[in-house]
Amino acid sequence: MANQPSDSATPKGEPWVWFTSLGLIVGLAMVVGLLGLVLVNGFSVFWAPAVPTIKLADGATHIGQLAQRRIRPGSLATEPRYERQYQVGLREVNGGSYIWVDEKKIAQESVDPAVLGLERMENGPAFVVPVALIDAKGVRLEASAASFFSAVQAEVGHAGEIREQLTDINRRQIGEVNAEMETLRIAQRRAEDRREPTQAIVDRLAKLDTRFAELKAEADEVTATISAAKLEVHDASGRALTLPVASLVRAWEPNRMTFSQRVGLFFGRLREFLMDEPREANTEGGLMPAIFGTLVMTVFMSLLVTPFGVIAAIYLREYAKDGPVLRAVRICVNNLAGVPSIVFGVFGLGFFVYVLGGSLDRLFFADQLKYNNNTPVFGTGGLLWCSLTLALMTLPVVIVATEEALSAVPRGMREASLAAGASKWQTIRDILLPASAPGILTGVILAMARGAGEVAPLMLVGVVKLAPTLPVDGLAPFLHLDRKFMHLGFHIFDLGFQSPDSDAARPMVFATTLLLIVLVVCLNLGAITLRNRLRARFKGASF
Amino acid sequence: MPATMNPTTSRIQVRPATDKEGRKDYISIRDFNFYYTEKKALESISLDVPERRVVAFIGPSGCGKSTLLRNLNRMNDLVDGIRHEGDITINGRSIYDPGLEVISLRRRVGMVFQKSNPFPKSIYENVVYALRVMGVRDRAILDEACETSLRKAALWDEVKDRLQDSALGLSGGQMQRLCIARAIANRPEILLMDEPCSALDPIATGKIEELIHELKEQFTIVIVTHSMQQAARVSDRTAFFYLGKLIEYDTTEKIFMNPSQAQTEAYISGRFG
Repeated sequence: MANQPSDSATPKGEPWVWFTSLGLIVGLAMVVGLLGLVLVNGFSVFWAPAVPTIKLADGATHIGQLAQRRIRPGSLATEPRYERQYQVGLREVNGGSYIWVDEKKIAQESVDPAVLGLERMENGPAFVVPVALIDAKGVRLEASAASFFSAVQAEVGHAGEIREQLTDINRRQIGEVNAEMETLRIAQRRAEDRREPTQAIVDRLAKLDTRFAELKAEADEVTATISAAKLEVHDASGRALTLPVASLVRAWEPNRMTFSQRVGLFFGRLREFLMDEPREANTEGGLMPAIFGTLVMTVFMSLLVTPFGVIAAIYLREYAKDGPVLRAVRICVNNLAGVPSIVFGVFGLGFFVYVLGGSLDRLFFADQLKYNNNTPVFGTGGLLWCSLTLALMTLPVVIVATEEALSAVPRGMREASLAAGASKWQTIRDILLPASAPGILTGVILAMARGAGEVAPLMLVGVVKLAPTLPVDGLAPFLHLDRKFMHLGFHIFDLGFQSPDSDAARPMVFATTLLLIVLVVCLNLGAITLRNRLRARFKGASF
Repeated sequence: MPATMNPTTSRIQVRPATDKEGRKDYISIRDFNFYYTEKKALESISLDVPERRVVAFIGPSGCGKSTLLRNLNRMNDLVDGIRHEGDITINGRSIYDPGLEVISLRRRVGMVFQKSNPFPKSIYENVVYALRVMGVRDRAILDEACETSLRKAALWDEVKDRLQDSALGLSGGQMQRLCIARAIANRPEILLMDEPCSALDPIATGKIEELIHELKEQFTIVIVTHSMQQAARVSDRTAFFYLGKLIEYDTTEKIFMNPSQAQTEAYISGRFG
């Protein structure tokens, strides 16, 4: 045995397994780390922890929710000094919502069960010690009373209902009247211009004016019923403050709640986040318009890119003659995927919006332009142009995937079809496309994932910080391709980098990121389910 | 991809020959040369296939037998850079006649491939595919064609209760018989079979061979096979190819019992190939 050549130079087993798995580990670590960060930070936005009262060595007192803890910048690595960030709220009093506190300077930390957390329409949240609730009739209810918190909750809930009524009147009803008046005014100007009778229009306008006044009066009436109740509180340093209940969105007792109440609050906030509209420069409230906008845009983009990509790929793979030109076209298509997305945005603005949109306006909306102060319809950014721009951007993905899928169809199937007397097009339509559908869907999934997360080009072609209306609503033609819309990706950028109060926006950035990821995952899961169904049809194939 | 025709090639009108039993020569191949780009794959092949007979092409791999078979329904048109000289006529008409559409040629010449290649559709849709692409929509006609073809392919009893199931759930032998049913559904005149049993076990092979016996009542069959026994069992005539040339073509009996060429004898006795 000793005379046999040693195997030590060629190690047994598979050393490359370690090397290749290292690549996967790095990738996984990054994905898990990123997702974990987003998950933890995203969900903690909705969680209501206990709110401590801290007394500092210099005598100052704060009530606040711990936001983060970190090593003080500039402290030595050998003896790190920590500092904590607290969300103290009451921006109008404190000058800011967040404070940094050196951990060493905290003299005393206690939990006051009386502390009340308040979410407000303006100026961010507040953490206060309640004193009394004075209702609309002036009856005073001391904070020590057992029914105090439920009374506060009832008042806040009442205020919320009234706000909803107001929104309904202002947004929906007055919005409808306004939309019709707008159309009528354009019609009136046109009629006047052409010296046509305008009496009918004027009559209708007068009617609408009356209706508008009625709605306005109704709104005022509702506004008057907003509770005049007030909440007397004092802040951490003992200053007395009076908060009108009408300005409160939500109240909770962070230091008295049971776990299940915290869970309830968590889901309440989550519901608001998903279903409501944003408040406070988008740093609070919900994201429904952005979720909806992202969804509609992505789906519409997929609907545009799939036929274009598939048709182009069919030509490239099935009809075009192989040669230098075809190879050059393929290289161009592949390189298109490497063009920075902002370039697509610029192209979209220059070509789609100005050239195509401008022409559309001149052709079909000439009246609108002429009689509505040159307000463009399609000649400005909107849903259609965003979808088209992203469709163009993701086109290479779909083309490449479709080409691969077509070439992966077994040669035998193609030959069998042709031998049965099918024409080339019949073969493509009946055999090749169904067989390559799963591969095509893979391309669409990739395109959707890329398109949904894209921000830069959208900023140029139709995404806005705050859109007053959704791109889909109850007014004909229901899908408004010309409307600007909100988008989660842009929302993240806007919150993170354009927000006046970046500390207040930070948690929302994470929550929004989480939401965008979830949305993309959902879209992808939908497409993957579809693909698996298609694949099941090919199961058992022996080629 | 149209085949480039040699301008000097004249279309040879073949006088229909008759064999002992008075059957006409149905397919006539005359002085046929075939090239893949520069490589000459077939060299001056002349051969007649009589009506409703089985002709087997045998020979070692790369001898050109499949190439010739695939020329009979112009499947080679799919390959880039092919060229041919000479002519092939079916029932007196050249298959390269510019007035003859390749699609209508393929409707008259069905083909069964080496690997069974059912479409990822139901059994029913597989069988009626050729009729569907012809534009037949009448359900009654389709149903009837489906049953007839499956019966002829000896598959009806096995699948009649699951016609709407995926064809990919069938066994290998069933799939190949399904492919035969598909090839005969639109009632072609000729059936080309390119090593139809090479991927099948002996039992499935036996079934297919039985089938060939029955099918030759109605179809003219050309079969390429690597199995000498199979050629001997199923064919009336056998052609032996070697290096792109037709070495010998005669009745199967003669080829196997008393070949006139030394190369043929060497091949069938297993000394090469």
